[in-house]
Amino acid sequence: MPEISYREALNQALSEEMERDQRVFIMGEEVGYFGGAFKVTDGLLAIFGDKRVRDTPISELTIVGAGIGAAMGGLKPIVELMTVNFGLLAMDQIVNHAAKIHYMFGGNAKVPIVIRAPQGGGHQLGAQHSQSLEAYFLHCPGLRVIIPATPADAKGLLKSALRQEDPVIFLEHESLYGVKGEVPLGEHLVPMGVARTARTGKDVTIITYSKCVYDSMRAAEALENEGIDAEVIDLRTLNPLDLTTCVESIRKTGKAIIVYEGWKTGGAGAEIAAQLYEAAFDSLDAPIERVATRDLPMPYNKRLERAALPTPDDIVKIAERLV
Amino acid sequence: MALEGEKLVAERALLTLGEAELLELYRRMILIRRFEDKTAEMYSRGKITGFCHLYAGEEAVAVGAIYALYDKDYVVSTYREHGHCLAKGANPRNVMAELFGKSTGISHGRGGSMHLFDAEKRFMGGYAIVGGGLPLSVGLALSNSYKEEPGVVCCFFGDGALPQGAFHESLNMASLWKLPVIFICENNHYGMGTLVQNAICQEELYRFAEPYKMPGVRVDGMDVIDVYKATVEAAARAREGEGPSLIEAITYRFRGHSMSDPAEYRSKREERIWQDRDPIKNLRRRLLGERHVPETRLEAIERDVTAVIDDAVKFADESPEPPVSELARDVYVE
Repeated sequence: MPEISYREALNQALSEEMERDQRVFIMGEEVGYFGGAFKVTDGLLAIFGDKRVRDTPISELTIVGAGIGAAMGGLKPIVELMTVNFGLLAMDQIVNHAAKIHYMFGGNAKVPIVIRAPQGGGHQLGAQHSQSLEAYFLHCPGLRVIIPATPADAKGLLKSALRQEDPVIFLEHESLYGVKGEVPLGEHLVPMGVARTARTGKDVTIITYSKCVYDSMRAAEALENEGIDAEVIDLRTLNPLDLTTCVESIRKTGKAIIVYEGWKTGGAGAEIAAQLYEAAFDSLDAPIERVATRDLPMPYNKRLERAALPTPDDIVKIAERLV
Repeated sequence: MALEGEKLVAERALLTLGEAELLELYRRMILIRRFEDKTAEMYSRGKITGFCHLYAGEEAVAVGAIYALYDKDYVVSTYREHGHCLAKGANPRNVMAELFGKSTGISHGRGGSMHLFDAEKRFMGGYAIVGGGLPLSVGLALSNSYKEEPGVVCCFFGDGALPQGAFHESLNMASLWKLPVIFICENNHYGMGTLVQNAICQEELYRFAEPYKMPGVRVDGMDVIDVYKATVEAAARAREGEGPSLIEAITYRFRGHSMSDPAEYRSKREERIWQDRDPIKNLRRRLLGERHVPETRLEAIERDVTAVIDDAVKFADESPEPPVSELARDVYVE
C-alpha cells in the first residue's frame, strides 16, 4: 500500500469523488489558484476547472450559506473554511440553517454539504488561530462531526461524507497535514460511527481523536516501559459516536482517560465522560479523567503554548495515578 | 441601447396582462388576504400559537413578483412568508394545517408559521433569522448555473435585512458570479418597531444595488402590476446570464410585526393613509373602472376564495397531531 501524507490523502479523496460524481464541487477562500491555504486542494483547479474548484471572496457566512443553497438545489458542495476560527462567522448558517433544514421542514429538504475546516494549536499562531472547536458542532443536533487522525481515515471518511446526505463538519488538525501513512489506492470507504482501536491493552482505556491520537500512542509506549498496558481508541467521528467500543474497553480496563485538544470545560470529553458514566458506571474503578487544553485563550509564546496544550506527559502522569 | 431594451420588455409585460391574468392576480391577492384574516382569527381562538407574522397589506409584492416567474424558478423567503408560499402555489390546506401544527402541515407540524417549505412548488423555505435566506438564494442560483438550467431564484426579505452582513455578502457574491437572483426587498418601513431611517444610513434602499453593480429599482409595492413589470425585467436579465437585480418594493403591513404586536409606534393617521392604498382595493377599482369587468365576476372570485379558506381551516382543524413517537424522526436523513 502506498504511503502518502494526510494532505495528499484528502486531495486524493476530493479528486476521486469529483471524478465519480459531477455534482461534487469545492468552494472556499484560496482553494483554486492558490491551491488551498494548507495546499489540500492543490492541483485540482487544473484538472476540474474553475466551475468545480471555485475561489470565493472572504465572506464565510455566505460561502457556507451558498453551499447550503447549492446542496438544496441538488449539488454536493464541499466548502473549505480556511480555518475553523473563521468558521465562527458562519455559525448562523451552520447552526440555524444547515443543521435545522431537514427537520424543521418535516424531512422535505436535505442539505448534503461537507464543510471542511483545519483547526488546532501548536504553531504559535495566537489566540484567534489556534482553537479546536469540535464541541461547538457536537453540541448541535443535525450535524455530523468527523475528525480523522490518520491519512487512511482522512481519505476514507471524506469519501463516506460525500456519499451520505446530512450536513458534515469535517475537522482536520493543522499538525496532521504532513503526517504520512499507508492509504489504499482508489475506492476506500471508512464508515462513520465506527471507532478504531489503535492499540489494545488491558490496564487503562485512552479515548481520543485527531492529533491527540498520536500523543496518546506516545504516552502508551512510555507507559508500556513502566508495565502499564494502555488501550487507545481513536473515535474518528464524534457524531455519530461509537460509544459501544469505548464501553467494551472500559468493561475490560475499568479506567478511562479522554484526551482531546478542545478546552477542557464543556469539551467533547465532558460529553463522552457523561455518556460513559451513564452506560458503564458499574465497570469503572475510578473517576473518568480528562486531559485537554487549559481553559484560556492560546498564548503566542512557545513555552506558554506548550504548557496550555495536552501532552503525552500529561497522559502518562494521569495513567500512572489511575493504575 | 440597454434602456430601450428594458423599456421594451416592460411594455411587453404590460401588454401581456389580459383580463384573465389580471383576474388571476386579483384572486391570488385576495386568497392571501383572506388566509391572513382567518389566521388572525384562529390565532385569537388559540388554534394557532407561537410567533405569527401576517402579510396583509403586502400581497401585491409576493403576487406580482411570483407571477413573473415560471414554476421551476425558486422562491426563498422569511418568517413573514405565508403570502409567498401561497403565491408560489402551495395548497392552502397544508399551509393552514402547518400553522395549526398538524401532521398534514406542509412541514408536518415541525416548522409552524415561520418555516413553510414546498419542494414540489420550489418554495425553498421561510427562514426566521433576518437575512438568513439571502446566502441560500445565492447557492440555489449557483446550482442552476452549475447545472446549466435556466431557472432563476426570487429572494424576498424585509428592510430589516439590509444592515445584515448576509445582505452585502450575498449581493457581492451574486453579482461577482453573475448569478440569476432577483433580490426583492419588501420595504414596509419598519424593522419590527424601528423606522428604516433609524436603522439604515441610506433610506433609498434600491441604491444599494449600485455598489454591487446590478440594476436597482424602487417600485410601488401596493401596485401588483408595477411589481410584476419590474420582476419580469429582472427575471429576463437573470435568464440571459446578466446576473442579479435588486427591487425595492415600498409597502406596508396592515397589522403589527407579529400577532403579539399592537403596533403602537405607528399613528392611526399613517395606517389610514396606507389602508387607502390597499393593493386589493386598488386592483379591484381598476378592474371595474378601466377594464369594465362586471362586479359579479369579482364577487364570484371572492366567494370561491372564501370557500377555499374555509375548507383549509376545516382540513387543518380535523387533521391529526403529529405523533410523539415521531419526535426524533428527520434529525438526520434516514
